[in-house]
Parts: sequence; C-alpha cells; structure tokens
Amino acid sequence: MGPLVPDIITDNLNLIIGLFLGVAFGFVLEQAGFSSSRKLTGLFYGTDFTVLRVFFTAGITAMAGVILLGSFGLLDLDIISINPTFLYAALAGGAIMGVGFVVGGYCPGTSFCGAAIGKIDAMVFIAGGYLGVLLFGEMFPTVQNFYMSAALGDITFNSVLGISPGLFAMILIAAAVLAFAVTTRIELRVNPGSPARSFPVRYHRLAAAGVLAVGIVLAVLPDYKTRLISRAASASYDSAHPVPLISSDELAFRIIDHDPNIRIIDVRSKTDSTKMSLPGAVAIPVMSMFGKEWRDVLAQAHIKKIFVADGESEEKSAAHLAVLLGYENVLILREGLDDFAASVMHPRPPASAGARGDQDVYRFRQKASAQIAVMIREQKAPKATEHIVKRIVGGCGA
Amino acid sequence: MKTSYMNPYLAGFFLGLVLLATIFITGHGLGASGALKSVVVATVKAVAPGHPAGNEFYHSTPGTSPLKAWLVFEILGVVLGAFVSGVISNRLTFETEHGPRIAGRTRLGMALIGGALFGIGAQFARGCTSGAALSGMAVLSFGGILTMFAIFGAAYGVAYFFRKLWN
Repeated sequence: MGPLVPDIITDNLNLIIGLFLGVAFGFVLEQAGFSSSRKLTGLFYGTDFTVLRVFFTAGITAMAGVILLGSFGLLDLDIISINPTFLYAALAGGAIMGVGFVVGGYCPGTSFCGAAIGKIDAMVFIAGGYLGVLLFGEMFPTVQNFYMSAALGDITFNSVLGISPGLFAMILIAAAVLAFAVTTRIELRVNPGSPARSFPVRYHRLAAAGVLAVGIVLAVLPDYKTRLISRAASASYDSAHPVPLISSDELAFRIIDHDPNIRIIDVRSKTDSTKMSLPGAVAIPVMSMFGKEWRDVLAQAHIKKIFVADGESEEKSAAHLAVLLGYENVLILREGLDDFAASVMHPRPPASAGARGDQDVYRFRQKASAQIAVMIREQKAPKATEHIVKRIVGGCGA
Repeated sequence: MKTSYMNPYLAGFFLGLVLLATIFITGHGLGASGALKSVVVATVKAVAPGHPAGNEFYHSTPGTSPLKAWLVFEILGVVLGAFVSGVISNRLTFETEHGPRIAGRTRLGMALIGGALFGIGAQFARGCTSGAALSGMAVLSFGGILTMFAIFGAAYGVAYFFRKLWN
C-alpha cells in the first residue's frame, strides 16, 4: 500500500526516483508549451488558455487518482502530505505570486523548463526567484508572526465545506469542464490564431463526458474504510469466514500461565478500554487498524491475537476487519468480556455439589480470578501507549 | 521534427499521472520553489556560516546538506526532461521572449522582478504553482486550493496594468 516511501523505497533511492519523476514533469511541461512566457501569459489576456487546460486537467487527474487509490486501499490517505493551511499567508503569498506571474511571465517550475531550452528571460526569472527567497529569508524574523498566523493544520477543502472528497472532486471536475468550454469560446473570439482551432472537437466532447462520468463515480464511491467496516460487520462475511473462538476459561488459563504466544487486543472504543482491561492487553481502536501504527503488533503471524470487547458481535466485526486487512491468526473471546467478568472473575460455586468437573472449574476460576486481579492491579494503568504515525511532511513547505 | 505543442488536455492528463505517481511513491507532491529555497539555504550557510543563527528560516534541515533534498533532485530532472523535450521538438534556442512593444532589456528586468515576487510569495504560501496550487489540489488541501485561487485571481486582477509587456 502506498506511499512506498519509506517502507518499500529508501530515502536515497527516493532521490533518484525524484530525478526521474522530475524528468517526466519537465518533459510534459515543455511539450505542453510551458517553456514559453508569452504562451503562459496568454492565459491572462484571453489569447491562450493552455495553462488553464493543462493545469486543471492535471489537477483533476491526480485528484481523481488519489481518491480512487484511497478508496481501494492502495494509498493511505491518512499519511500522505496535505499542504498545511496558514490562511493569511496562503492568500497573501498567492496574491504576490499572481503579480509575479504577470510581471515575470513564468512560475518557478515553468522557468526551469524555459531555461532548459535556452530562454534567457527564464534564466533571469530563476535568478529573481533566488533573490526573492533570499530576501524572504532575511526578513523572516519580521514576518514570522504573520507567516505562522491562522494555522489551520492539514485541513482539506471538502472538510471545510463539510462534504465528502468524492463529491468535492465531482464539483471541481464539473467546474473544470465548464471552464474549458467557456474559455475556448473566449479564446476563439479573441485570438484568430488560437490553438483551439485545431482541436478535434468530437474527441474533446467524448473526453468531457468521460471525466464527468468519473466525477459521478467519485461522488458515489464509498470510501475504503466505510466499505471495509460494513463488509466486516455483515452476516454474510461472518458465515463465510467464521472466526475461531477461545473460551473465557482457556483465556484465563493462558493469562495466568503467561503464555508468550498470545496477545490480547482490546478493540473497545478508547474510553472503554482505559477503564478495565485484561493483563497485557493492547488497546487498538478499530479505526486505527487501518494505519501502520499497529502493524508491528498485528502482523506477528505466530502469535494468537485474541480480540476482546464487551460482546461477541463487536469482537467479530473487529476480527473480520483485521482479517480483511490481511492479518492472520485472529481469535475472539467467546461471549466477550461480559462473560469473562461474570464467569471467571466472579465465579459462583456450582449449584449442586454433584459433578466433580464443575467443582474443578470453580476452584480454577477462584485461583485465576485472584491472580488476574493482582495482575491487573500491578500493571501500570492503561498499557495503551499512543502509537501515532505522522503525516509525511514534504513538498515546498517543508 | 515535430515542433508543435502537445494537445493541452493530453499533456494535462500525463502531468496528472506524473503527480499521482509522485504522491503514490513519495507521499507528497511535486514542487519547484522548494528547490530554490534549498539552494538559498545552502549558499547562505556556505557564504556566511554564522549568519543564519537565530533565523529559523535557515534551520529547516539540520545536519544534512540542504542540497540533498528531494525537490533539488526533482528540479534537476525537470531541467533534463525539458531539455530532452526541447531537443525532440526542435525548440532549443538562446532567446529572450518578449512582447512586441517592449525591449528585451525591459523584459529581463521584469523577469527578475517577477521571479523575486514569486520567490517571496512562494515562501509565504509554502509552495508555488506546482507545490502549493497543483499538488495541493491533488490532495484537496484547503490552503493549496486557496493559494491557487489567489494566484490566478491576483494575476487576472493586475493583468490589465501590465498588458504592454505582453501584447
């Protein structure tokens, strides 16, 4: 599952990959005509909307790809870098750059493309960019407060609007297609030599219909977590993939025996699991199983992971989810912690002194409950240490 | 030799795929201004080693060389890729591109000023058109998309006053 750095691709290899991705980036920008400042600035005078076409097509392609990969569980959207929002600096910086675009004719990425094919104005633009960054660095102590103000964190636009990423993507795709259609008409009117005259109109209409269809798919596609959780909770999945059970007595025996081959996973919501937990239990909230933070615990194939919660159905959903996420050797506690508390921790003497087996079980439970109570008391409060995998910090803002 | 430009929508689609591959592999997007920052930080550290002290701007990458940064390698690739594209499409020429109503020297002065504005603005916005606007759009970043609107909004807002530069 992506991103591949750092688990699959090392940091040094990543630099080489960066070089190759840069080659592709630069090649496409140059092929699109982004090495020419007059072509770029045509955007602002209605003569050439190439920048808008390339930029928005690239943006919606990547956005749709990110959402689709996330929806199929191929890309972990919880850790990919989301440019942090510093509200005022984002707007002011953007406005300064906008003026710089019209005055300078390039943006940084395109200036490197222009310089690569010999555009002297692009080389001077890069020199200007260097001086600008240096100037910013020198005045940094003065502007630091503004620079850091209104820090909203790594929020997404759709979360601000309170809608799903897919719906936001659909709206953006529709807006892009509309913008393409309108600006092409403007361009054809303003510029007799417009590049739009040579467009194959039929293919463009087909492509527009295609991306709008993709937008609708994105809007209705359930996200990965929701889909997996509902599948894990479904009765049909349970009957097809029953989870092995362990009884309260067997678990109690293994606990007091300090069995190294079991791991108790407390899957109740966090507030519950800090209340009372079994000795050595690790609290893993169901939602956090999606991430990498508990992989080291859950991926130990030779260890029996015993999922516990108050009742069996909650345990089942969590265990199914773990199996769906690829973890093996998962068991659940028969009838849950409620049964464990009632039968093992508060043993009742058998009704009649008749059956010998019942007496043995009673004696075992008395012994086990006493020992387990001590073990619970002695273990340092909640063993649930916070495992947090941070978002990747990358890009220009790093 | 093919000298015309690629269909913009096709180019945009390919560019989107490059960006998607970047996010899938590295977990972050593409960028350009960040590489400039690395070079600035590196030169300031080399030229005036004592100078950065106390200024947090120069302390983003402690220990390692600022030039051993992903974006620096990526930008080297951009230059290489654009050069190859220029060779294939027969567009390699040393020239200063400018509007019909201004001299080449004016254009170069404006390019320097525009570049400086971009350098400053990109630091405030934590990225430029690539790193903040485009990469931000791909991951639906609120700040990135706001920056994108601010860039294009401001550019349209002032375009009229600079029309002589281009038309």
